[in-house]
Amino acid sequence: MDKEQDARDIAPVLARIESEPYYQTVANEVTLFESACRRRLPLLLKGPTGCGKTRFVEYMAWRLRRPLVTVACHDDLTTADLVGRYLIVGSETVWVDGPLAAAVRAGAICYLDEIVEARKDTTVVIHPLADSRRMLAIDKRGELLAAPDEFMLVISYNPGYQSVLKEIKPSTRQRFVALEFDYPAAEVEAGIVAREGGVDGETARRLVKLAELTRNLKGAGLDEGASTRLLVHAAQLIADGVEPAAACTAAVARALSDDPEMTATLDDLVAAVF
Amino acid sequence: MTAETRKLFADELRQRLDELLFASHSHRSSKTLADGLEKLARAQQERVLHWTGVAAQSHAELGYHIAALSPQALSLLDEAGYEAWVLAALDLCDREGSLAAMALLRDVEGFSATREAAPATARLADLEQRLGRFLQGLSGRPLGLAAAAVAHTDTQTVFLPGELAALSTAEENRRLYKATAALLWAQTRYGTFGSAVVDVGALLARWPDRERALRWFAALEAARLEAVLGAELPGLAAEIARLRGPWPPAMEEAARRLGRADAGVADTIAVLDELMAGDAEPPPLPHAGAVDLEAALATRAARMRRETEVVRQALAAMKGVGGRKASGASAPLAGTDASKLEVSAAGEMSELPPDAQAAAQSLMQDLGELPPEALVPAGHIEGPWHPDEDAAAEEEAAAARHAQPLRRYDEWDYRRRAYRRGWCHLFEVPLPPGDAGYVDTVRQRHAAAIQRIRRRFEWLRGEDRLLGRQLEGDDLDLDALVEAAGHRAAGVEPEARLYSRRLRNERSLAVMFMVDMSGSTKGWVNDAEREALVMLCEALETLGDAYAIYGFSGWTRSRCEIYPVKGFGEPYDATVRGRIGAIRARDYTRMGVAIRHLSGLLAEQPARHKLLVTLSDGRPDDHGDEYRGHYGVEDTRRALQEAHERGVRSYCVTIDRHGADYLPRLYGPARYTVIDEAKKLPLKVADIYRRLTS
Ligand SMILES: Nc1ncnc2c1ncn2[C@@H]1O[C@H](COP(=O)(O)OP(=O)(O)O)[C@@H](O)[C@H]1O
Ligand SMILES: [Mg+2]
Repeated sequence: MDKEQDARDIAPVLARIESEPYYQTVANEVTLFESACRRRLPLLLKGPTGCGKTRFVEYMAWRLRRPLVTVACHDDLTTADLVGRYLIVGSETVWVDGPLAAAVRAGAICYLDEIVEARKDTTVVIHPLADSRRMLAIDKRGELLAAPDEFMLVISYNPGYQSVLKEIKPSTRQRFVALEFDYPAAEVEAGIVAREGGVDGETARRLVKLAELTRNLKGAGLDEGASTRLLVHAAQLIADGVEPAAACTAAVARALSDDPEMTATLDDLVAAVF
Repeated sequence: MTAETRKLFADELRQRLDELLFASHSHRSSKTLADGLEKLARAQQERVLHWTGVAAQSHAELGYHIAALSPQALSLLDEAGYEAWVLAALDLCDREGSLAAMALLRDVEGFSATREAAPATARLADLEQRLGRFLQGLSGRPLGLAAAAVAHTDTQTVFLPGELAALSTAEENRRLYKATAALLWAQTRYGTFGSAVVDVGALLARWPDRERALRWFAALEAARLEAVLGAELPGLAAEIARLRGPWPPAMEEAARRLGRADAGVADTIAVLDELMAGDAEPPPLPHAGAVDLEAALATRAARMRRETEVVRQALAAMKGVGGRKASGASAPLAGTDASKLEVSAAGEMSELPPDAQAAAQSLMQDLGELPPEALVPAGHIEGPWHPDEDAAAEEEAAAARHAQPLRRYDEWDYRRRAYRRGWCHLFEVPLPPGDAGYVDTVRQRHAAAIQRIRRRFEWLRGEDRLLGRQLEGDDLDLDALVEAAGHRAAGVEPEARLYSRRLRNERSLAVMFMVDMSGSTKGWVNDAEREALVMLCEALETLGDAYAIYGFSGWTRSRCEIYPVKGFGEPYDATVRGRIGAIRARDYTRMGVAIRHLSGLLAEQPARHKLLVTLSDGRPDDHGDEYRGHYGVEDTRRALQEAHERGVRSYCVTIDRHGADYLPRLYGPARYTVIDEAKKLPLKVADIYRRLTS
């Protein structure tokens, strides 16, 4: 039995992004990312959901020719899920790296999406990685892994959440260079929606207008307005032949609220634009 | 004919009416009323009795009026019309008092005539929230919505008629509301009241017949704004066009000329000049709203002054020139070149704090650019400056005269099957500092029980547990591993559950205790509540759950009071213990509003599970009869339901010696327990809590 082979089979795959992802630069984020990377500084991407953070990281990984490891954080994510654990292969125990350890060894970019969703104790393992030590402690193996220069840690976080639990701790935040993301300017966003959703410029422009109207309702009945992602969804439905107002109702209005009064208002806004 | 369907005879009616109207000061006898109702069908009789009872709870005389006028009303109005007539009177009674309401009832002929003329009325009250949010969506800055006889705006508030019946169906009239509201918003957004370069006030002042000029101006602006809206909001513009139908001949030419997306108010004035030279009157346009230039200019000027000041102060703070530079010294960005000024202003704007950015954006909306004075940083700052200082001072003065509630809450009126909007005025009232020694006394008295509680709750406290023999996990389970090796050696299929997993027992629970401080709790019940709180605090301190304690009482809907004992963020310290000691029986028990307010506070908590525990001595009740009985039960039930929808689970602890038959209805959406003797509460309450949360 080839234990090495088996262990390799279950270890996380470090994917390299082969073809250029479409990413529309919005400000100086590309330069800043490259700079942080050269200086081996970890990066925090702040911004509402669906505004292009994940896509940006994919694009940068391609651009810098690094493998990318993405972890979507959730409230059951444990330290072992990130760092690794022992598995039984045949009759023997085999250590298998978690995505974070794998990324460190391979000198990859590790993207921890929505970091505040993870359990509080998991953020502690990233602290030594995120300061000048650049170390990952694998307690179970008694191993202290030094990150190669190519390794880069990127985390994202949505400051729009109202909840106190979902605040990022200052001790974590202060280790990172922060890049603020927001929905792009209207014309830029329309360009993205047209290209990603496969619709004409006028339709994209109207979708962005609709998003703007819903974003005005943030805090007045909505926790957040429509994201670029929702607009892309609506555009894709339209490109597939769904009537625009119906597409917006399904992909935007219903996705934003369950409250009947609020959905009525959102329908009014859809009707105003289409 | 069964008992349910046969008509009621006059003497039966009379008896029921006497029950409903016994408080009436009227000397007229219920006999006449009963005679009037005798000829109606049973279903109609029941309907009349129902609404008579409903109205009598607000005002006995109102009930009398309904009973007396219903035969006539039922002959004139259909079912929906009859209900609308009663509801209109009840609404008016809420707003303007019983005299106005009775006048409305007496004019049942007038009411029916208006309805017949316009069978499809839409009401602002029904649409308010939806329209308000629609406007907020369009404008991005808060725009008030209020009723007024004529639709217009002062740039701060959109005024709309209380009812619209110009079109033939209710749905069309609802759309008309939306169209008119949108056009009025467009007046504030697209320059109707002028800009830095077009002084509309001066231009309109040139016409001696100002009224006629304003009427034309409003009509022409409706045409222009519709076209302007078309560029960004084509769906809305199309709907407006459909609702208004083809332009009347007198407007055709003007509408064609102004029907461009880039037409400005100067274009409207140019067309206006030509029309004013003739003597035609503008045609009536039901969708168009009026222009109240004075109100708009005054309100806008005041807002611009405020906002200019906010921007200046923010710039001053950014530049760090506050208090240092001689007043009036111009800042680097206040150049003389207008275009450069704009460029640098835009650059600066992005760095302003949010409130100043909002002010700057609002100014740009009003003027099309930032006024130069806004770009001169304020020269002189003494201490932290707050833009709302004047407003705050004003508010304080107003509060001294008549206190402003912290919030207003809707209340459910089961008879109308509708909320009474903003009906309850909620105040937060601090408790007087009490004696923290009270808690110590209770602790001593119940020392043994407290010991028990502590031990039990310690065991409950969220601690990690190691789960063995799992299919996957963070660690290997050595026992399972050894066993599997043995099995394998013996040729038996080994067990696959070889891992151990650490289960973090995070309780993630927030609990709110809502304590009845009504007058009926005076004595034993109040003592029991206070002791119960002491026991609970001991339990919860041991557990580490987030908890808060608030008392509630009040006097009618206009004084609903909440007394903070312990907020979620507050430690259980001497201050809090003092407040527990200071809990006293006060006035009445309007429960719904308290549940709404406190479940709102609870809903904001980050914990995964949220629990509202009410401690009370029974039936909701308030001064003036209305909240007593069914109304209060139904509103409380509704409030518990609302809480449930917000993810708050409720548990109601009731101290009630008399078998409480209404409790299942009252606590419908919640779970509850009844404690028959007040003095058992302190010893039981911790156990109740333990059962609830483990
Ligand atoms: N700048 C951008 N360039 C290209 N696509 C974008 C951009 N911003 C948003 N998108 C689109 O929006 C979608 C959601 O973005 P994503 O990166 O998943 O958001 P986030 O990670 O911020 O939640 C993407 O799939 C993409 O279609
Ligand atoms: Mg994402």
